[in-house]
Amino acid sequence: MDGTIVANYNIKDTLLGLWDDNSARICMNDSARIKELRKESIRIFAQKGFPNTKQEKWRNTDLSKMLNHPYNFPLEPDLENVDLNEVFRCDVPGFETYMVAQYNGWFIDRGNQLKQAAEGVIVCSLAEAFVKYPRLIEDAFGKYAPVADNSLTALNTAFARDGVFIYVPDNTDVAETVQMVNLINATDGVFLQTRNLVVIGQNSVLRLVQCDDSIDDHIGFINSVTEVVLADNARLDHYKLQNKNDRSALINNIYFHVGAGANLSTNAISLNGGLIRNEANVTLNGRGGHADILGVYLMDRNQHIDNQVFVDHAQPDCTSNELFKGILDDHASGVFNGHILVRPDAQRTNAYQNNKNILISDKAVIDTKPFLEIYADDVKCSHGATVGQLDSEAMFYLRSRGISMENARMLLMYAFAAEIVNKISIPQLQLRIDDLVKKRLRGELSVCDQCVLHCNAKEQKVAFEIDMSKI
Amino acid sequence: MEKDQNNILEEVTQGDYKYGFYTDIEMDTAPMGLNEDTVRFISAKKNEPEWLLQYRLDAYHKWLGMTEPTWAHLHHPPINYQEIIYYAAPKRKKELTSLDEVDPELVATFNKLGISLEEQKRLSGVAVDAVIDSVSVKTTFSETLEKQGIIFCSFSEAVQKVPDLVKQYLGTVVPSDDNYFAALNSAVFSDGSFCYIPKGVRCPIELSTYFRINAANTGQFERTLIIGDENSYVSYMEGCTAPMRDENQLHAAIVEIIALKEAEVKYSTVQNWYPGNKKGEGGIYNFVTKRGICKGNNSKISWTQVETGSAITWKYPSVVLMGDHSVGEFYSVAVTNNYQQADTGSKMIHLGKNTKSTIISKGISAGHSSNSYRGLVKMTKRAENSRNFSQCDSLLLGDKCGAHTFPYIKTENKTSIVEHEATTSKISDDQLFYCNQRGISTESAIGLIVNGYAREVLKQLPMEFAVEAQKLLSISLEGSVG
Repeated sequence: MDGTIVANYNIKDTLLGLWDDNSARICMNDSARIKELRKESIRIFAQKGFPNTKQEKWRNTDLSKMLNHPYNFPLEPDLENVDLNEVFRCDVPGFETYMVAQYNGWFIDRGNQLKQAAEGVIVCSLAEAFVKYPRLIEDAFGKYAPVADNSLTALNTAFARDGVFIYVPDNTDVAETVQMVNLINATDGVFLQTRNLVVIGQNSVLRLVQCDDSIDDHIGFINSVTEVVLADNARLDHYKLQNKNDRSALINNIYFHVGAGANLSTNAISLNGGLIRNEANVTLNGRGGHADILGVYLMDRNQHIDNQVFVDHAQPDCTSNELFKGILDDHASGVFNGHILVRPDAQRTNAYQNNKNILISDKAVIDTKPFLEIYADDVKCSHGATVGQLDSEAMFYLRSRGISMENARMLLMYAFAAEIVNKISIPQLQLRIDDLVKKRLRGELSVCDQCVLHCNAKEQKVAFEIDMSKI
Repeated sequence: MEKDQNNILEEVTQGDYKYGFYTDIEMDTAPMGLNEDTVRFISAKKNEPEWLLQYRLDAYHKWLGMTEPTWAHLHHPPINYQEIIYYAAPKRKKELTSLDEVDPELVATFNKLGISLEEQKRLSGVAVDAVIDSVSVKTTFSETLEKQGIIFCSFSEAVQKVPDLVKQYLGTVVPSDDNYFAALNSAVFSDGSFCYIPKGVRCPIELSTYFRINAANTGQFERTLIIGDENSYVSYMEGCTAPMRDENQLHAAIVEIIALKEAEVKYSTVQNWYPGNKKGEGGIYNFVTKRGICKGNNSKISWTQVETGSAITWKYPSVVLMGDHSVGEFYSVAVTNNYQQADTGSKMIHLGKNTKSTIISKGISAGHSSNSYRGLVKMTKRAENSRNFSQCDSLLLGDKCGAHTFPYIKTENKTSIVEHEATTSKISDDQLFYCNQRGISTESAIGLIVNGYAREVLKQLPMEFAVEAQKLLSISLEGSVG
């Protein structure tokens, strides 16, 4: 297999060796700046290596187990043995989206086009964009994902070859929801560096759904970096759906750069996954910017979820709102680390942060650290965190009305998660996720029930004893 | 209007350090620097038993292998541990039996601090174990306490009088290798207070120690050990002031509290050491390890602190809730001004079942200061049905200061409930306007609001302290508005 090396020794050395052998190929279409950036990135990665639990930001997420595996590092897509039509045959009922498919991180051109493609909207492969739109790439690539402090982002920046590139010109409302589906078929255990770049022009609107799924239960490691730029007064509704197998690791670094008056809403819904780490970095870089950063995670078995949110209030008059809710069962472990930074002179900032958790089992563990760093005085900031159980009074209320323990529990957990789900502004998507959450809570959602894809041929018949929709 | 407010802010926040005077007492000091000989010198000076010397030497060797922690949100020039005098004791001419025999200058010092020993002895009923530069000078009311079997004396005295108790409990809560500063203290601690409340005794008066750092270039390394035996109660107070000195003085203390079955220990402290001048020069470096352990069932430990002084405060009073149904509390007001830096908070480690803890922390920052809350709440697997409530609020007065919060929450069982909430804000214009409108000047209004803000903590203080703490708050912050 061309360009693939099996690592059965030190994974860091393997990656560095891979770089030495292939750097010319990786940098093939790069501008001078990007070439330099890649070199700098690999230098940083060589120096820092993979994060470990001695580092404050990684105290509670241990990658070592996931890294101790002979991975493949594909540098070119391997699509020979895959029937793509088979993989992507499914549709979401009643949900009109423009689906962008990624297979093992590689962009798949399925020949479909945006139905109401407005003038100038580009949705294509990042590799293609490097060739076709060098100016757009030059303006944005690597400018918002700083490599200095994050060795995984550095690693990604060095190796990044493909992913999705979306460009929305000024004053454009992309009516169709763009859905990015990244399927991982990791027969050999792949280690991927997926890279996406989304640029939204002034006064433009984009709705983006990003799905990460596995189609088998092989081991895999995805190190994904997404850069999103919102120009002044732009708007982005972003949804991240994660339904991965228990043996996969997903590192999801997203960098949002929010301009003046722009409005960002991002929602991370993690239903399954071996090890998931979502890092949402939001820079509010213009007056009047606003960001909603929401998330819900439902984890069980030995799954591990780590949500890292960093909101940088770099300019005055910005607002941000964070809410993360999670239910952890079995041996699952969860981490929440929210960091709000209000820089000097970022006056009249309002920033709220909240993390609520429910532990269902005695083996589940949650670490939460809502963290504020404030250097301006005219601010209103608050943060909160709770860890607890289902409300015993509410439970009693339901039980006293003849609802079984099991159902009452289900109802309360559903109500707990619904606060986030109800904030989804695309109605069909909300319904779909609502349904998925219900199934997930009943333990009936397997990895094969692809998130929004409905791939599984024999749809499980779910018999609800209570009609949730009437509540 | 804004200009006025700024003027008021400056006037008040730049008020000089009231307690900056220096008492001229002949000192008995160790040579500058730290090595094994220093440790032996201190131990010999105090006529300590061999095991304690070994404990110190062991800690010293552990310290050599450790590095100064850098994780705190603090910035200061490196500390040269060889430029510090590790032992300074006022030369004692003879054993003192009554207050009249105390050096009149010392008495005058205390009078300036407003804790006249006579007054206290006669009126307030507080036994004061006054400590100047690490050596306990005078203990009052000890006779009254002795009748009840309460031992309240200086640490060195306790080593001589009740070595078994000291040996049994020393280092059990804060091991000598707990952290860099704890190891340093364990090696060179000079003196401090020792308190033992026997079974079933409720200490009738509030015990109090007044610390002052006096001589130049002397680090203060006091060591406090409080043991509440079964079913006992004690309220212990500690207040601190230091004269104005230009060099930064190092202070690395350890306080250990042990509460056995059904015992309750309440520890209150007001710390107003010299914070440095308006340019941030000088001031005390305060690196303190305070920890209590609720060893028995139904025991309770409560920390209350008002921190207005020190250039640098590094302090995390903690409670290990080991016994079932035990209770830990932490109430704190931390005020920073000018270039002061504080990184303070609490740790609650829940080990026993049905344990409860409360953390109330109020930070107030002004000037160029930086004020951080750093805390940990940990519910272990065994700590079923445990409960924690934490609230840490920050008030910002001025646009050059910083307020930060680093709460860590770790929960490992499904029956415990942890709640944490925090806010950061400035005094709102609405509140000020409301007061102004009613004829209250901006300056008084701010005093009012700040005191109201800190009230939840101040009301936990014993009366004598509450008055002083309120005064300190007003001195530090009245009139400041951003």
